[in-house]
Amino acid sequence: MSEIRIQKEDFDPGAEIAALENGGGDAGAIASFVGIVRGDGGLTYMTLDHYPGMCESEIAAHVEEARKRWPILGLRIVHRTGRLAPGDRIVFVGVASKHRQAAFQAAEFLMDYLKTRAPFWKLEQRGDSETWVAARTEDDASLKRWSK
Amino acid sequence: MKILYFAWVKQKTGRAEETLEMPTSVTNVATLITFLRKRGTGYDEAFKNPALIRVAVNQQHTDFNAVLHPDDEVAFFPPVTGG
Repeated sequence: MSEIRIQKEDFDPGAEIAALENGGGDAGAIASFVGIVRGDGGLTYMTLDHYPGMCESEIAAHVEEARKRWPILGLRIVHRTGRLAPGDRIVFVGVASKHRQAAFQAAEFLMDYLKTRAPFWKLEQRGDSETWVAARTEDDASLKRWSK
Repeated sequence: MKILYFAWVKQKTGRAEETLEMPTSVTNVATLITFLRKRGTGYDEAFKNPALIRVAVNQQHTDFNAVLHPDDEVAFFPPVTGG
C-alpha cells in the first residue's frame, strides 16, 4: 500500500507513522524522514513551485522501482508546495518493511530520487531579494549510488 | 502543442503555459527552443543558456533530441530542487 500526496497543508509525522504501523501486522520496522526548511542566511520564507501531475507520476515511478528492490509493506510520501517558513516541515517519507535495513534503504533511495527527479523548485526569499535554489551536485552523486 | 514553463523559466517567459501551433520547422525539442527564442526577449533570455534547461515531454524527463508531435505537452524548467 502506497500513499503519495502533494499538498499545501502541513502534515503530522506522527499520524503518518501511525498509519504505517496499522498496515497489517507483518511490518517489523518503519523508517521515516522529515525534511524541514532551514533558516540559512536569514531566509524569510521559501516558495515551492511544482509541476502538478508529473510530480505524482514521477514519484509513483520511483515507488514502483523501490518496491522491486526491497520488500516494502507500506509507504507514504508527502511533499508540500506553496510558501513555507524556516522550521516548517516540507517533506515526509516513511517506509514499513519486515526488517530495518530495507526500510532505511528504501526511504533513502526515495529521498534521493525526490531531490533529483521530482519536479519541484524552491524560491528563497531573504528580505527583498528572491533567489531560485540551484541544484546541488552532491544530490546527483547521492543518486548515482543506487544505479546498477 | 501545449508548452509549460516552471520556476525562473516561467518568470523569464512571463507565462506558465500556452498552446501554440507549431511551424513545420519544429520537429524536436531543440528546434522548438529555436522557435520559442524568436517569440520575444523574455523567451530569448530564458533559453539563452540551454545547458541550464531541463525538459519533459508528456510528463517524462527527456532530452533536446526528443521528437515532438502536435498533441504533446512539453515542459521547460531548471534542474529540480525539491525534497
